[in-house]
Amino acid sequence: MSESVPRYWREIKIRERLIGSKCEDCGRITFPPRKVCPYCRSRKLTEVELPKKGKLLSYSVVRKPPAEFEKYAPYVIGIITLENGVNVISQLTDIDLKDVKIGMELEGVLRKYREEGEEGLIHYGIKFRPRIK
Amino acid sequence: MKPLREVGILGFGGYVPMYRIKDEEIANVWNAQTSGLPVIEKAVPSQDEDVFTMSYEAAKNAIARAKISPNLIRAVFVGTESKPYAVKPTGSMLVTSLGLDNRSLAAEYEFACKAGTEAFQSAIALVGSGMLEYSMAIGADIAQGRPGDELEFTSGAGAAAFIFSKKSKETVAFLEHSVSYVSDTPDFWRRQGQKYPQHAGRFTGEPAYFNHIISSVKTLFEETGLKPSDFSYAVFHQPNTKFPLRVGEILGFPPEKIKPGLLSPVVGNAYAGIVPLGLSATLEVAKPNERILVASFGSGAGSDAFSFVTQEALEEKKNLAPLVSDYIKRKKYVSYVTYALYKGKIPR
Repeated sequence: MSESVPRYWREIKIRERLIGSKCEDCGRITFPPRKVCPYCRSRKLTEVELPKKGKLLSYSVVRKPPAEFEKYAPYVIGIITLENGVNVISQLTDIDLKDVKIGMELEGVLRKYREEGEEGLIHYGIKFRPRIK
Repeated sequence: MKPLREVGILGFGGYVPMYRIKDEEIANVWNAQTSGLPVIEKAVPSQDEDVFTMSYEAAKNAIARAKISPNLIRAVFVGTESKPYAVKPTGSMLVTSLGLDNRSLAAEYEFACKAGTEAFQSAIALVGSGMLEYSMAIGADIAQGRPGDELEFTSGAGAAAFIFSKKSKETVAFLEHSVSYVSDTPDFWRRQGQKYPQHAGRFTGEPAYFNHIISSVKTLFEETGLKPSDFSYAVFHQPNTKFPLRVGEILGFPPEKIKPGLLSPVVGNAYAGIVPLGLSATLEVAKPNERILVASFGSGAGSDAFSFVTQEALEEKKNLAPLVSDYIKRKKYVSYVTYALYKGKIPR
């Protein structure tokens, strides 16, 4: 299913820069960003760019994905604990299934997520790969 | 050519995809000779990579070495012949993804393999004229080559980004002089809507590659009074292993001055990305107060020649981001079938 162009446009910054929201009342950071803090119900939230380094907390191997992700299968979806303690869900890239280890050091890189056929938009976002340096 | 105020490289960064295919593997598929192959192996991008994603990573590395907030950069020029969209600028995509100021210039340059250094000239001119304080030029390509064609043995992938500012103690090298030299020479072309380029075989050598590089470099020598012995390193366009060494020999540069930036044997020809990448790799081994000659070549045809002189800040900034050599060491070999799948040569 392709997204609407306005929705894609609204989410570019969130996906490509990992923009989350920080609650000015309780200090908790959430990703993706929220209008209302899920912890204290505050509406005083500001945008914050999340760090791109973290560790793999858990993962799952996707072997039967939706049609637009088929060319990447089998691939790994991981929960990554970033350096500031926030957990994000993301696809892993540049890695073989056999090399995926819980606790491994990862870093965020910009990659293609999916393409709306040959003529539509290309969707990009942050994926995580084993840290180079 | 030289700008009104002195311009330097504030930050630089390269990127090479992880996958590799050996030329021997390609030769075996096409029953070609496995001796005298043009390169040893070439970089193959993953299925989720394109010129935008490769440019992004090179730019991130350049920003880390520049040690400035990205929103100070007010121009992003991408030199490439394989941009993701025929109409939709990669430059504006980079402005948003890197968190640059929206009050920026953004555009693509196309001049076959010299589009990256073409972007250098414009980025340097904006800073040199005082219109901007910081500009970024990127050379990036996922080179195309028809299956079985000579180009398939060399068409690699890679990107490198350079951030220019006025010359200061923070710049890692400053621009001493530059020359651009072009003529209508039909050695290599790709028509609108076509997936793979055409080339004129042996004609790509003497009248195209050698004539244009020799002309731009000799003009640079004439205009500056410099000679080959004044340079510690030389980076020439590298469509294969032989041409840059041969043009160096003609111009008076021994192989040891060329080899630090000679990446095509292990990365392939990353078209508009290969000379900027070769310059990145050379900066990573250079010491302060050394002179580097850079001479690109783009089919169609032309050459940009530059003389850069390294500065003290280079030593401190080298290790602020992954080195080109780190990316070259990080490799995984793939078979021809996987390569063909990743490059979209066979449908999935």
